[in-house]
Amino acid sequence: MIEIQALTKVYGQTTVVDSISLTIEAGDICVIVGTSGSGKTTLMRMINRLVEPTSGRVLIDGQDTREVPPYELRRRIGYAIQGHGLFPHRTVSQNIGTVPSLLGWDKARIRARVDELLDLFQLDPAQFRDRMPNELSGGQQQRVGVARALAAEPNILLMDEPFGALDPVIRAKAQDDLLAIQRRFDTTVVLVTHDMEEAIHLGTRIAVMDEGRLLQYATPAEIIGHPATDFVSELLGGDRPFRLLSLETVASLLEEGEATGTPIPAGASLREAYAECLWSGREALPVIQDGRLIGRISRARLARSAARPS
Amino acid sequence: MSTADIAGKARAPWMALDKLGVLIALIAVAGTVLPFAVFRANRIVLGEGLQIPFALEALPALVLGVLIALGIAIALMALSPLVKLVGGFVLLGALMILIGLAATGLIPPGDSFARVSPGAGFWVLVFAFALMVTDALARLRLGPWQRITILALVGAALGSLLWAGTFDDLSILKEYANRAPAFWAEARTHLVLAFGSVAIAIVAGVPLGIVLYRIRPLRAAVLNVLNIVQTIPSIALFGLLIAPLAWVAANVPGASAIGISGIGLAPAMVALFAYSLLPIVSNTLVGLVNVPETANDAARGMGMTDRQRLMGVELPLAFPVVLTGIRIVLVQNIGLATIAALIGGGGFGVFVFQGIGQTAMDLVLLGAVPTVALAFAAAVVLDALVEMASTRERAR
Amino acid sequence: MRAGLLIRLVVFALLVAFLVNPEAFAFVFAPLASNGQPVIYNQGSLLDLTLNHLMIVLIATTLATLVAVGLAILVTRPFGAEFLPLSRSLANVGQTFPPVAVLALAVPMLGFGTAPTLVALFLYGLLPIFENTLTGLTGLRGPVTEAARGMGMTGLQRLTRVELPLALPVILAGVRLSTVISLATATIGSTVAARTLGEVIIAGLLSGNTAFVLQGGLIVGVLAVLIYDGLSAIERTLSRRIGQRARA
Repeated sequence: MIEIQALTKVYGQTTVVDSISLTIEAGDICVIVGTSGSGKTTLMRMINRLVEPTSGRVLIDGQDTREVPPYELRRRIGYAIQGHGLFPHRTVSQNIGTVPSLLGWDKARIRARVDELLDLFQLDPAQFRDRMPNELSGGQQQRVGVARALAAEPNILLMDEPFGALDPVIRAKAQDDLLAIQRRFDTTVVLVTHDMEEAIHLGTRIAVMDEGRLLQYATPAEIIGHPATDFVSELLGGDRPFRLLSLETVASLLEEGEATGTPIPAGASLREAYAECLWSGREALPVIQDGRLIGRISRARLARSAARPS
Repeated sequence: MSTADIAGKARAPWMALDKLGVLIALIAVAGTVLPFAVFRANRIVLGEGLQIPFALEALPALVLGVLIALGIAIALMALSPLVKLVGGFVLLGALMILIGLAATGLIPPGDSFARVSPGAGFWVLVFAFALMVTDALARLRLGPWQRITILALVGAALGSLLWAGTFDDLSILKEYANRAPAFWAEARTHLVLAFGSVAIAIVAGVPLGIVLYRIRPLRAAVLNVLNIVQTIPSIALFGLLIAPLAWVAANVPGASAIGISGIGLAPAMVALFAYSLLPIVSNTLVGLVNVPETANDAARGMGMTDRQRLMGVELPLAFPVVLTGIRIVLVQNIGLATIAALIGGGGFGVFVFQGIGQTAMDLVLLGAVPTVALAFAAAVVLDALVEMASTRERAR
Repeated sequence: MRAGLLIRLVVFALLVAFLVNPEAFAFVFAPLASNGQPVIYNQGSLLDLTLNHLMIVLIATTLATLVAVGLAILVTRPFGAEFLPLSRSLANVGQTFPPVAVLALAVPMLGFGTAPTLVALFLYGLLPIFENTLTGLTGLRGPVTEAARGMGMTGLQRLTRVELPLALPVILAGVRLSTVISLATATIGSTVAARTLGEVIIAGLLSGNTAFVLQGGLIVGVLAVLIYDGLSAIERTLSRRIGQRARA
């Protein structure tokens, strides 16, 4: 659990982060969204003390972060950034093994951990272990960057626009990988992005920032349904109903009955189902799970759940 | 960095100790203790070092003492760079005037053999406060025009001190007085050598750079040759040109009439020209290669011919880089021209080598000081020009 | 590449042969010596002078490297950051001092001989190394140093594990530049009686014997080219190792 209490950063005359308090529960993915210059990156960098707060404090599992030297604190917290920041003079395995070796793990343990992580990110250890970063594709570099951040099994992972440099296809894959890995290790993730779509897709909770202030800190459904300020709704853009639909799966609106045409899997999002209804001109779609028909989903119910929640 | 932030806030800014100030203060204290001036009964004998109280009369000595104390105080406090700049200049001015006074006071009336030179203490004090001025200037981040103005003001101040006769009793100016006509003749030669060789190198080097840009296969070969020329030691290159130029002078009709001969100006000029080529050619090439592909594409797309593109897009965009090459070469050649004296080429080097030969350091200074001043002024002015050229480009 | 290496080996072999037995090459220089003048430098062993020359350059450059890299590290740390703008300006101003002037001005303090030459070479050699080290240490890509900090490396660990290894090729380029300048400048040291190959050249200038001038100049030039190439090759290997394109 990360407790941020009245955290403030002032550079000269400008207040970059203005007395922000929020609590991130263990195992949550907290996404901080804002435009550039909103102070979102500074807020995140104060968690591992890459930036020292002007006032306020951060507690991690109840312990004040100022009680440990910054470098020790950072070794316990994973950190992945845009453009990956891999060390160009070290091999993939040396890169991933950086923090474990700083922590004094023995060689065999580091090697085992590196291979485990490479496997996890679908990079064949035998093939990739000894490559240099410039011999990897952009997507591979990014995966190694995240693997490096996770190497010492941190409870907390900080990510600064980690997918910013990727093209849309690789980006979607990287986001899904992150979700899978987060579930597997139950890591608490704090992720900074300017992309609301990404925030809604990944976040358990979203913190919206503007000009150093926290405008809203809530679940994605809450943010879409009840944006706290005009600025938040502006960030959400005009297609809020569709964003709302994208949060839930077909299974949540399943009803008894039959329908004609191509079926849709129960795991698809409501957004996909609604799009399919509109596109094929059908009032309802058959729903399948594991290749078996389990019911149907209707256009009318889909349309109702796209309306503003009361 | 972060801990410094916090420490900085704890105290009032003027109380905080300036780290560089501590260094300057230590150097200045050393300078105060060391001999301020050196007195010698004649030009060749070993001198006697005199500390401030013995080099100056009571009042000027006191004034200098107070000024140095003030200067050290200004250096130690975290004051604004502007205060430090003014303070540094005041100190430097005072040192200049007082070393002249010291010389006038120390030389017995009517004694034309006695010599007074600045002592180690004087130079160390000048160094200490020059550091303060340099640091203040670096922190002020002045624009190009402001820097040129300051250079001109300093030049004017030194010039008027010289003209007013402040330094007339210093040994270096006695050396000058003995050979004033030679000094100006060598000065002219030095300027002709340094600026002339660079001018010829620009006329030859820029087109050569353009040719290399257009004809890629030539690049490696030509640049390698120019690179090798750079590795030949200057005195050897000067010497090696004597024989071929003597042959040209003797065998090519009219060559000797335009001043070509084996020794003297011609080989020096050719050698300096040869050293200048590499930086100018390679900077022209780099400047052209680095012209953004998009700018070139756009120009081509608008229907510019190759020639129009070169004159209208590529050369203007490459200009700041070419100018940087010229800056490097000019400063380098002003220094290298001193070596020309070894082969009878003239220039300020004449005094340097005469001075070394006679172990007369003031004579060395008579050659070295104008050379350094010239190189320094050229560096400041050309750096300013390069900055103007590149900011104009960015603004476009 | 292979042919280039072969040519360099041949040149090196010729240089060694010439230094060991210069008389064997007399026929090359004979046309340049005027009537009755000696063809091969005869006031001392060329091999001795060459080794002495190299030794002076080696000592001066080693000291300059240690001091310049140390200073550059100092001014890029938080502790020395206040000195950064000044040190940049000083390096800039220092380059405007011609080597002859530095040499001549060192004489009153150190007397004639090798000492003032060493000092002049040392001072003059500092600048390129200092400037390149500064470029190497400050020009590192943001994300890399950022990541090093974020992963909990201490200042010293960042310096030794990330910053210096990445800056190494650029630092080495500075050392190479400095070495080549020193090789040429050391010849000027002979005007203040240092025992370098400048002796040969100056003897030639004084007696109007071009053969001497050529011998001295050629040895220094060949040494400079070989050392320049050797150091460039090391740089290229290092740059490749850290996954960057070699700098020219």
